[in-house]
Amino acid sequence: MQLARPRPGYAAVSRWFLAAALAGLLVADLHVTTLHPWADLARLLDGLARPDFPSVEGWSVVYTVAFAVLGVGLGAGSGLLLAIPFARSRTIRLACAGLRAVHELFWALLLMQVFGLSATTGMLAIALPYAGICAKVYAEIIEEADLAAIRVLPVGTGTVSAFLYARLPEVAGRMRDYTLYRLECGLRSSLVLGFIGLPTMGFYLESAFRQGRYAEAGALLLVFYALIGTRRLWIRGWTVPLLLAAAPLALPPAIGNAAISASLARFLGHDIVPTPLRGAALAEPETWARLWSWLRPILTDQILPGTIQTLILAQIALAATALGALVLFPLTAKRFAGPLGRPLGRVLLVVVRSTPEYMLAYVCLQLLGPSMLPAILALALHNAGIVAYLMGRHADAIPYRADAPRGLNLYAYETVPRLYGQFLAYLLYRWELILRESAIFGILGVTTLGFYVDAAISELRLDVAVVLIAATALVTVAVDALSRGLRRSLRIDTLPTRLSGPAPVAG
Amino acid sequence: MPGLGRLGRFALGLVSLALGTAAQAQEKPVPPLVFTGIPDQDESRLVERFGKVATYLEGKLGVPVRYIPVKSYPAAVTAFTNGQVQLAWFGGFTGVQARRAVPGSQAIAQGAEDAAFKTYLIAHAGSGLEPTKDFPKAIAEKTFTFGARASTSGRLMPEYFIRQAFPGKNPDQVFARVGFSGDHSRTIQLVQSGAFAVGAVDYSVWDLDTKAGKVDPKAVSVIWESPTFPDYQWTVRGDVDLTYGAGFTEKLKGALVGVTDPAILEPFGRSKFIPVTNAAYEPLVEVGRSTGLLD
Repeated sequence: MQLARPRPGYAAVSRWFLAAALAGLLVADLHVTTLHPWADLARLLDGLARPDFPSVEGWSVVYTVAFAVLGVGLGAGSGLLLAIPFARSRTIRLACAGLRAVHELFWALLLMQVFGLSATTGMLAIALPYAGICAKVYAEIIEEADLAAIRVLPVGTGTVSAFLYARLPEVAGRMRDYTLYRLECGLRSSLVLGFIGLPTMGFYLESAFRQGRYAEAGALLLVFYALIGTRRLWIRGWTVPLLLAAAPLALPPAIGNAAISASLARFLGHDIVPTPLRGAALAEPETWARLWSWLRPILTDQILPGTIQTLILAQIALAATALGALVLFPLTAKRFAGPLGRPLGRVLLVVVRSTPEYMLAYVCLQLLGPSMLPAILALALHNAGIVAYLMGRHADAIPYRADAPRGLNLYAYETVPRLYGQFLAYLLYRWELILRESAIFGILGVTTLGFYVDAAISELRLDVAVVLIAATALVTVAVDALSRGLRRSLRIDTLPTRLSGPAPVAG
Repeated sequence: MPGLGRLGRFALGLVSLALGTAAQAQEKPVPPLVFTGIPDQDESRLVERFGKVATYLEGKLGVPVRYIPVKSYPAAVTAFTNGQVQLAWFGGFTGVQARRAVPGSQAIAQGAEDAAFKTYLIAHAGSGLEPTKDFPKAIAEKTFTFGARASTSGRLMPEYFIRQAFPGKNPDQVFARVGFSGDHSRTIQLVQSGAFAVGAVDYSVWDLDTKAGKVDPKAVSVIWESPTFPDYQWTVRGDVDLTYGAGFTEKLKGALVGVTDPAILEPFGRSKFIPVTNAAYEPLVEVGRSTGLLD
C-alpha cells in the first residue's frame, strides 16, 4: 500500500495566502496621493443623499439594459451550443478558457478598433467572454445532472437528440437560474463599458465623477441599484423573450459607421501583426531575431513587472476579501444580526455587490489617487460583499443544537469552523475573478498589466497591446488552474461556489 | 428536431441582427459628416464648442454634421482610423498618429495660436518652486503629473524637455512619482490640490480655466513656459471628396478658416483658424521618435 502524500489542510492554505498577502503589503504602493480625500468623500456622500434625478439621461438606462440583454443572450446562446461538445473537445475547452480569461473591457478596446463606438462593439464585448463562461458552467451543470434518462436511450441515438430529449429537461432549471443571474452581471458589464465611451449609464457616471457633479452621479447610481435590486421582478423566464425582442429596437442609433471590412482587414492583417513581422520574409532567420528583440523588452519591462503587480494586488485583495467577509457575514445571519439587523445587513451587502468593482475602483482612485490602496479597497469591498452574502445564507441553513452558544462563542467555535471549507471554496473561486479585475484596473492608473495595455493603445501599438492581453489571459488561466487544484486537494471542489447556486439546504 | 430549429433560429437571428445593423447602415445614401475631438478638458466645454461647430458646419456645407463624444485620446484616433468619423480636432501628436494610420488624410486648419503653442509647468505653492526662465531642474525628485498619455502639450513635449534637461533619464527616473491625469483641467486640479507637486499643462486650457475662475493663484502657479511647438489642428480623411463630391475638402477648409463668430472661437481659446498642412507637424514626428512614443 502506498501512503498518500500529506495534503495541505484548511489552516495551512489559509496561512499561505495570508503570508503571501502580508509579503505583498511590504512591497505594494499604498500611497494616498490626494490631500483631501475626506472632503471629496463627503461631497460624494452628499451627492448620494441629494440625488439629482432629472439630470439622468433616460436613454442611457435603456441602452444599458439593451446591451446587457443582447450581449448575454448572444453569449448564453453560443455558450449553450459550445457546452454540448465541451467535455469531449480539448480545443473547445481551450477556446472557451481564452474567451473568458479576457476581460470585457479589453474585448471592447479591441472591438472598437473594428466596429467603432457602436452597438455591435457593446454587444460583442459582453457576448464573447460570456460565451466562454456560460459554456463552462453549462457543461458543469450538464455533467452533474442525473444520467438515468441517457442510459435508457436506444443505441445509435444522435448526440443532439440525446442532448435535447434526455439531458436538457434535467438541467433546464439550473441553466435558467444561472442565465438569469448572468443577466445581472451583464448589466454591470454594460454599465462599465460606458467608461470607455459606449453610451450606457457608465458614460454619464464617468463624466459626472470626473467633473465632480456628485448629485448626478448619485442619481445614476441609485437608478442602477434600483435596476439590479428589482431584477427578480422584471427578469423572469417569461419576460426574457420579450426583452430579447425589444432590445434590438432599443439600441442606440449609430453615429457614423466604421468601415467594418476595411477595418477588420487592417486590424488582422496589419495592426496586430508584430511590427517586425509586417511584410517581412518569414523564412529569414533575421526576421525572427528581430521579433525576439521586439518581444524581449515587452517581456522584461512590461509583462514581468505588470504580472508581479497584478498578482500582488490580487493577493492582498483576496486576503482583504476574506477578512472582510468574515466580519460582514454575521450581519446577514439570523443568529447574529437578529430579525431587525438582518434585512439592513442584506441591503448593505446587495448594494456593495451590485456596484461594479471597476466603478468602485474608479471612484476610490479619484478620491485617493493612483496607488494600489484604492484598488484593494474596491476589490475587497465588492468581493467581501458577495462572499459575506453567500456565507450568511449558509450560516442560516446550519442546524444548530438547542443549547448552542451565543454571540462571539457561537461565531468563533461553531459557525466559522463549520463553514470554513465552504468559505475557502468561495475565496478560491473568486481568486481568478479578482485577478482578472486587478489586471483591468491598470487602465485606471495602478501599474498592473492593464496599465501597459493602456499605454500600448495610447501609442497605437496594437501588436503590443494584443501580446499584453494574451499574457493577462495566460496568467488568469494559470491562477484558475491553481485554484482548481487547491480546491481538489482540499476536497472542497464539490461545494457550491456560484452566486446563482441553489439555496443551501438545512440538514 | 424542433428544439434545434428553435435554438438555431435564435442564434442565427442574433447574428444576422448584429451583421444586419452594420450592413444596413453602410448603404445610407448621404451619410452625415461625423466628427470628434480629443477630450482634453472639462467635458461641458467640449460639448459647448463642438455643438456650435456642428451647427455652423451644417449651415456652410449643406450636409448633416454630427459630433460624437469619446472618452479618451486613443478612442478619438481609433474613430478616425476605422472611418467612424471623417473629421477630428486632434492635438499635435494624436494628429500625427491618425495621419500615419490613414494614408491620404490631411491637416487642413489649426488655431492661430497652434502654430506656436506652449506647455506650462505648474507647481503647487507648497512645493517651494519659483518661476524660472530656464528649465527648472529643481523639479527633480518631486511628484509630477502629465495630462493624457497621448497629449502633445501634456505629455510628448514636456517629456521631451525633461529628457533634454536630464540626459539619459526617463521621467520615472527623474521624479518621485509620475502620474497621467487624463486631461488638462484635471492636471490643474491635481496640482492645485497638492496631490502632485508639479504638472505639465496646455497653456490655452490654463488660460480658459483661469478665466472661468477655476484656478486658485494662491495654490498653484506657472513656473516655466516651454519653447514653442505646433499643436492642435483639424484633420480630415482623404476619402471625403469621394463621399461628398469633389472639392469638399477645400470647402471644409474654407468653412473652418472662415469662422469669425467669437461664440465658436471662445470655447476653443482660439482667435481664429488658419490653413495648415501636414508638413507643419513634421517636428513632432521627430520628437515622437526620440521619446519612443512613435516607431
